[in-house]
Amino acid sequence: MGASSSRVLRNVMREEAFYFFTSIGNYTGQSAASLEEFLQKIKDVDIKSLEFHLFREDFEKWLAQTLGDNRLAEEIKGLRTQKVVGNALRDRLYFLVSRRLKELKGASPPR
Amino acid sequence: MRSKSQEATLDDLDMHILRLLQENAKQTYTEIGSRLNVAHSTVYDRIQKMEEQGVIKKYEALVDLEKIGAQQITAQMTITTEPRETEIIARKLGRFDEVLEVSTSFSEELVIIAKVVARDQARLHSFIAQSIAPLPGVLRIRTAIVTKKYKEERFRLPL
Repeated sequence: MGASSSRVLRNVMREEAFYFFTSIGNYTGQSAASLEEFLQKIKDVDIKSLEFHLFREDFEKWLAQTLGDNRLAEEIKGLRTQKVVGNALRDRLYFLVSRRLKELKGASPPR
Repeated sequence: MRSKSQEATLDDLDMHILRLLQENAKQTYTEIGSRLNVAHSTVYDRIQKMEEQGVIKKYEALVDLEKIGAQQITAQMTITTEPRETEIIARKLGRFDEVLEVSTSFSEELVIIAKVVARDQARLHSFIAQSIAPLPGVLRIRTAIVTKKYKEERFRLPL
């Protein structure tokens, strides 16, 4: 758990960061290079962006393929299948990511 | 790039020849000569001179992509950048095959305008998300996908 949690919690390179768009090709200027930063951006980014990426499965792909967190990816997939939108989506996403972050930080070896 | 002092001096005949070549670059010297009432050798000399001077940069085929079954979408990107990064980003954009044109423009703020092509919307988005958004200094991107073209000309010679 320690090794995988540090992988999920790491900062990724610029090219691997998550870039928030509101629609095809429309970049908001917000990006996240770590799970921690991702959580902060969930609070601030345009709701349209959260809906856009949820529908495209972008969050799931980034969390699973780039950060290696299949569990959180699965939990977020649940929001998509339940068609959660609007402020409820922001709240649910924030809850899931912050809970996971807390859990991973608890499991991560002290630096 | 030619400086002002290297500008070629063109007369009316040169300009007429250029306009005809723009209509159809495959016209023969004789055809152009007969339309302008000058000898084909004159047309030849003038075209040779304009090629040597770099006035005529190249001849190219304008391909109808629909006819060859090539699926392609075109989009116009407006990229807002940190001012000191604008030129660097514009040069980087020019290196991508997907980017056909890059220029800078100033309205309320300095932005980069780029014409981009991709096979479909998914590829267009991936290209922008993976190659353009991560460039240092990119602040925002607005993309408009072209749905229908009503006119397309590369440039227009002065009247």
